Amino acid sequence: MAQKSKTLNLNFGPQHPAAHGVLRLILELDGEVVEKADPHIGLLHRGTEKLIENKTYTQAVPYFDRLDYVAPMNQEHAFALAIEKILNIEVPIRAQFIRVMFCEIGRILSHILNITTHALDVGALTPSLWGFEERETLMTFYERVSGSRLHANYFRPGGVHQDLPRGLLDDISKFCIKFPKIIEDVESLLTDNRIFKQRNVNIGIVSKEDALDYSFSGVMLRGSGIPWDLRKSQPYECYNQFDFKIPVGKNGDCYDRYLCRIEEMKESVKIINQCISSMPKGPIKSTDGKISPPTKKDIKNSMEALIHHFKLFTEGFRVDKDEIYTAVEAPKGEFGVYLISDGSSKPYKCKIRAPGFSHLQAMDYLIRGHMLADVPAVLGSLDIVFGEIDR
Amino acid sequence: MLKLKDLEKKINSELNTKVKNSKIKHNQIYLEIISENLIDTIMILKTNQYFKFRQIIDITAVDYPESDKRFKLVYLFLSHELNQRLLLSYYINENQKISSLTKVFPSANWMEREIFDMYGIKFTDHPDLRRILTDYGFEGYPLRKDFPLTGYNEVRYSEDEKKVVYEPVKLEQNYRNFDYESPWEGTKYIKEQTKK
Repeated sequence: MAQKSKTLNLNFGPQHPAAHGVLRLILELDGEVVEKADPHIGLLHRGTEKLIENKTYTQAVPYFDRLDYVAPMNQEHAFALAIEKILNIEVPIRAQFIRVMFCEIGRILSHILNITTHALDVGALTPSLWGFEERETLMTFYERVSGSRLHANYFRPGGVHQDLPRGLLDDISKFCIKFPKIIEDVESLLTDNRIFKQRNVNIGIVSKEDALDYSFSGVMLRGSGIPWDLRKSQPYECYNQFDFKIPVGKNGDCYDRYLCRIEEMKESVKIINQCISSMPKGPIKSTDGKISPPTKKDIKNSMEALIHHFKLFTEGFRVDKDEIYTAVEAPKGEFGVYLISDGSSKPYKCKIRAPGFSHLQAMDYLIRGHMLADVPAVLGSLDIVFGEIDR
Repeated sequence: MLKLKDLEKKINSELNTKVKNSKIKHNQIYLEIISENLIDTIMILKTNQYFKFRQIIDITAVDYPESDKRFKLVYLFLSHELNQRLLLSYYINENQKISSLTKVFPSANWMEREIFDMYGIKFTDHPDLRRILTDYGFEGYPLRKDFPLTGYNEVRYSEDEKKVVYEPVKLEQNYRNFDYESPWEGTKYIKEQTKK
């Protein structure tokens, strides 16, 4: 008598090292084959959008660091751009270069974390040891410029908080000379590694059509062969002044997405190098006293500056009634801010569009029919961070 | 590539009566439609050979407790081919149900769940309308303007009961919301007094 097959429910997470945070994935298994995946999210929900509605625009910036906490400044960027577009303020060119440079540093930070933990999930330990050392170096750059390794609060509406400290550009440039070698080392461990390929090639394939239907963006879209990058297609800041390429995958599997990330890091190094070599001089934030706070020196000498300082840090600046959606190419994909202002100093509504949210949503589609062991590989290649998904 | 203005005109002529209002701002098209023929409108936007708004970026709602139609729903679309963005919006009443987009865009599933979770707006024909971000067994709709910032319940691990317990929020100090408006411009309460 043939036995009736019974499906087994398996709780993957929320405390699982390969769940990349607090994902609770309920898997329905038939033997080792996944029949259905139901991700339960929200375990890290902090109500960011509600909090932002109750804070002034300046106070809201740090919340963006806490979304995708492996590339904090990229998030701040989207918010700053939204406000700047509504207020129609010009950002000085030096500030734009600094922003682009730190966005690319953020991209490298995020990609190192993703590639190495992805490798860790499928059994390679060494890349993470090597990669995290480099992340630490990059985070000291963050620290030197903003005072904090992670929660930078550095990109402010109108520019950046403060100028680069002396010697920082030289050190970043030294890093850029050294770093391609590290990428090579990591690649030598993974790219042609038999086990890594067996675990990733032809796993979690996304077709072009499905990538669009599931609202994929960033590497998830490019891995499937759609050449789309907001830095190129809808250039913001001064990205159109730089020479860089957009790596595009072919098969749309986990392995192609890994390759895209590796290539993107190389392109980011190129952009950073260009930033350093042509870093212009000048102010680093808007000179409009109604938007950007005065320097300490001015406060001591000018009555007007003192008043501006007081008003900016109590009431905050007001933003005209408007509605806008701005997006940036964050390391994980299109990160957008939909902002409604009502003329007061607090946003009326601020919806955060996190790329990981739509990527994780497709988990069921990606994993159905695969083996249980492929779950961490697919999760790793999605590049999810719960700070941004749960908000 | 179609220019933004031409595209707006084209959309207006294709959708004609379905459009209530349209404008171009910040290099994006803002389109206000009538909520009745939502699915048709979006199908046209998605499949029409001139627009090809193939990707839905996000769906969200905005709460205006004072107005007759309380919620505004906003759909953000992106057309990769035309490299254009479109913001589609319409207003609904508090208890009005709207049709789900899950059949047109599979990724609308979680976005609509989030709106249901945060605003309590219900979608018809949604395959799986559960709460998504809030806690299991959560009550209330946090992003509505009448929901307090501090919420109603807090959780902690109780050493006595050896489990996580829910308790009403107890604040050592009330949440303070200062009125920073310039007295020279007239603070809110003075403005209200002078109005009377």
